[in-house]
Amino acid sequence: MSDVVVTGLGLVSCAGEGLRAHLDALTAGAPARTDTERFAPYTVHPVAPLALDGQIPKKSDQRQMEPWQRLGVYAAGLALDSAGLKGDAALKGAMHLVVACGGGERDTEVDGAILTGLREAADAGAYLNERLLNDLRPTLFLAQLSNLLAGNIAIVHGVTGASRTFMGEEAAGTDALRIAQGRIASGQVDCMLVGGSYSAERPDVMVIHEMGGYLRAKPFRPVFSRDGAGEAGFILGSGAAFLVLESAEHARARGATALARLMPVQSDRSRRDPGATARSVETLWRAAGIDAADHVISGATGVAGITAEEGAALARLAPGVPVTALGDVIGHTLEVTAPFGAALAAGLVAEGRAREVAITTVGHRRGEGVIRVCAV
Amino acid sequence: MTDTSFRDSKGRPLVAVTGLGIVTSLGQGQADNWAALTAGRSGIHTIKRFSTEGLRTRIAGTVDFLDTDPLVAPALSQRFAEEAAEEAIAQSGLGTRGDFPGALFIAVPPVEMEWPQRRAMAEASGQDGPITYSDLQRAAASRRFDAWHDLFIFGTVADHIADRFGTRGSPISLSTACSSGATAIQLGVEAIRRGEVKAALCIGTDGSVNPESLIRFSLLSALSTQNDPPEGASKPFSKNRDGFVMGEGAGALVLEDAEAARARGATILGYVLGCGEKGDGFHRTRSSPDGAPGIAAIRAALDDAGASPDAIDTVNAHGTSTPENDKMEAMGCAAVFGARIGRLPISSNKSMIGHTLTAAGAIEAVVSLLTIAHGRIPPTINYAVPDPGIPLDVVATARDARVSRVLSNSFGFGGQNTCLVLGDEPA
Repeated sequence: MSDVVVTGLGLVSCAGEGLRAHLDALTAGAPARTDTERFAPYTVHPVAPLALDGQIPKKSDQRQMEPWQRLGVYAAGLALDSAGLKGDAALKGAMHLVVACGGGERDTEVDGAILTGLREAADAGAYLNERLLNDLRPTLFLAQLSNLLAGNIAIVHGVTGASRTFMGEEAAGTDALRIAQGRIASGQVDCMLVGGSYSAERPDVMVIHEMGGYLRAKPFRPVFSRDGAGEAGFILGSGAAFLVLESAEHARARGATALARLMPVQSDRSRRDPGATARSVETLWRAAGIDAADHVISGATGVAGITAEEGAALARLAPGVPVTALGDVIGHTLEVTAPFGAALAAGLVAEGRAREVAITTVGHRRGEGVIRVCAV
Repeated sequence: MTDTSFRDSKGRPLVAVTGLGIVTSLGQGQADNWAALTAGRSGIHTIKRFSTEGLRTRIAGTVDFLDTDPLVAPALSQRFAEEAAEEAIAQSGLGTRGDFPGALFIAVPPVEMEWPQRRAMAEASGQDGPITYSDLQRAAASRRFDAWHDLFIFGTVADHIADRFGTRGSPISLSTACSSGATAIQLGVEAIRRGEVKAALCIGTDGSVNPESLIRFSLLSALSTQNDPPEGASKPFSKNRDGFVMGEGAGALVLEDAEAARARGATILGYVLGCGEKGDGFHRTRSSPDGAPGIAAIRAALDDAGASPDAIDTVNAHGTSTPENDKMEAMGCAAVFGARIGRLPISSNKSMIGHTLTAAGAIEAVVSLLTIAHGRIPPTINYAVPDPGIPLDVVATARDARVSRVLSNSFGFGGQNTCLVLGDEPA
C-alpha cells in the first residue's frame, strides 16, 4: 500500500481564502463573518468577497455557474495552484476528481412568483407548466445539477481524468476522502483532486433545514455551548475546500512538497439511538488508529444530543487535547465539513503546529467519520 | 493460498455477478422485462402522472405500477431501488434477509423539494400577498412539515436502502449524471478489487419524471417532441431521431469476489471484467467534437478487462436517440472497433424504455448480462430510417447470437463517460 500525501489545499469561507487566513481563524474562536440580518431569523456565515477572475478567468464561465459552483471551482483552482499543478495540462488531464456536494440554488424570484400565481390559477397544472417553460433560464438546470460542479472544474481547470460526485450531506464528504484515499493507497490511481463546496446564502436551504428543526435561528454561539433550551442547531456557512492527494511516490517523482499524510478514513452509519453516536465515534477513532493526536477538529453540528455525545466521547478519547469545532471557524458546511477539516489539519501539520490531527464528522441526521492526518 | 483462477489478467480479484434486479416501464423483474425487451415492446406512453398541458413533450417511460405517498422523486426512486435490490439479493442468495454482508453504492437522482410541497407550505404560511421564501421558512418553522426534511435531503434514499437490506458501512450516494448507474457498479468493482469488501450491492435508480424535470430537459432541447405515437418517439441511430424520451426504473446488481462466491456455492451469472471512464472539459452538455473522451472511456474499459476490441460480441449502446449522442457514440465505436464496427451488433434499450437517466447504466448492465445468459440481443425498435452517417449494425429485431462479452456505454452531461465490459467467463 502506498502512503497518501496531501500536496495542495484550496480553501474559501467566511474567514477568507487560503491556508494562512484559515489557520489564523482557527485560533480566533468565532467565525470571521456573521450575518444575522440578510436571512433573518437565521444567522449565516457568508463567504468573504472573492476576486473570481483569479481562478475563473472567463466571465462566460462565471455566468454559467451559480454561487455554490463558483466557490467550488475557485477553491479547486487554489488547490491546484498550491500543488504546483495549474500549468501541468498533461497531469490535470489524467487527474481524477471526487466531489462531495448537494445541489444548486433555486431561482427564488421565479419560485415565489409561481407560488403566488398558483393560488389564483384555474388550472394549476397548466399554469405551472406555462410559467416554468417561460420563466426558468434554460441553463439554470446545469447550475443546479450536482455533478456539474465537477463538470465546471473540468471545463475551467482542465481536470479531466474522470469525476465522481458523492451526495448525502456530511457523510458524502467523509466518504469522498475515504474512497479517494483507498484508491490511491491501493494503486488504482496516483493523483486526485477531492473536495466540495456549499453556498449557505440561499433561502431555499433554510426551508429544508428548518423542517426538522435543525437550523439555529439565533446569533452565533459556540457549537459545543448550544446545549441550553432552544439553543441547539447549526448555523450554515458558505465554503469550499479541495485537496490534492497523491501517492507519496507520485509526489516525490514530480518534486512536490508533501504537506501531510492522509491515513485510511473510517466511516459508518449507526442507528441514532441514545449513546450510538458516542459509540460509533469511539469505534471509528480506534479503527483510524489515532495514536497521539495533538489537535482535534470536530465537524460537530450543534444539533441536540449528538453534539453532546460527541463532545463527551472526545473528552474520553483525547483528554486535554484541544478541540476546535469547525463550525466555530466557518459555520456548518454539510458536505464540505470533512474535506475542510482534513485540509485545515494538513495545514496545521505542515506548519509544524501538530504531528497528528483527528477530524471527526458526525452528520446531523446520519453518518459518522474519523479522519487521521499525520506529519510526513 | 489464493487460487489464481479467481484473479483477473492483472492479478486482481475477479468480480462476479450473482444477482440481478430490474424495474422499468415494461414491468418488474427479469422475466417480464426480458420478454418485453426481446419482443420489441415499448414502455413509452402518454404521461398520466401530471398535467402535460402546454408542454412540447407529453410522453415518458414512467413506471406507473409502483406508487408512493407522497409521489415525489426520492420516494419513487427508493421504491424502485427496493424492488430491484430485493430481486437481486434473492437471486444471489447472499446473506440473510435484512443482513447483506457487503457495501452499498447507489446512484440516485439529485433531490430537491417539489412543487406540491412548496404549494402546501405557501398555503400553510397564511400569506395572501406575494409569496417569498420567508413565507416557506415560516411554514417550516410551524413544525408541521418536519417529516419532509428527510424526504428532501440527499442521503435519505441510501439510508433507507441500507436499513432495509442491512448493508455494511457508510452507503455511497452518487451521481455522474447519465452514467451514474455504471459508476455505482464501478465503485463496487473497485472496492472488491481493493479487498475492502467481499460483496457490494450496486444500484441505479430514477423516478424523477415530474413537471420541472421534464421542462428542464425540454428547455435544453434534449427531448423528443414526436408525441404521437408515443412508442415511436425513441429511435436511436435513426435519421429522424429528435431527442430522448425520459424513462424511469432501477437496476440492481449483487457483485461478489468470485472466489468467495464460488466458495459459498453461488451461481455466477457473469463477471464485470472491466470499467473505464474519462472526463471531458469541452462543454457542459456537449462532448468534445473529436470524440476523444468517449473513445478513451471505451478503451479504458477494454484495457481494464484485459480484452481486445475483437473480444466484444455486442455493444449495449448509450443510444439516447439525441442527434448529438448517437452521432458521437457511433464515431467513438468506429474509432475503437475499426472496420469491424459495420458488423458488430449494437443495440439501445432506450428505444423501448426511454432514457432512465441515473438508473440507465445499471439497468443496461442488467440487460447486458441477460443478453449473455440468453444468447439473444434485444432490438433497437423504431429503426425504420437508418442514418446514413451512422454505419452501424443496429439490431432492429431481436437477434440470436453467442454473446460472451458485452461493452455497455454510458455518457452524461458534465463530461461523464463510463463504460463497462461484462462477460460470461473471465478474460
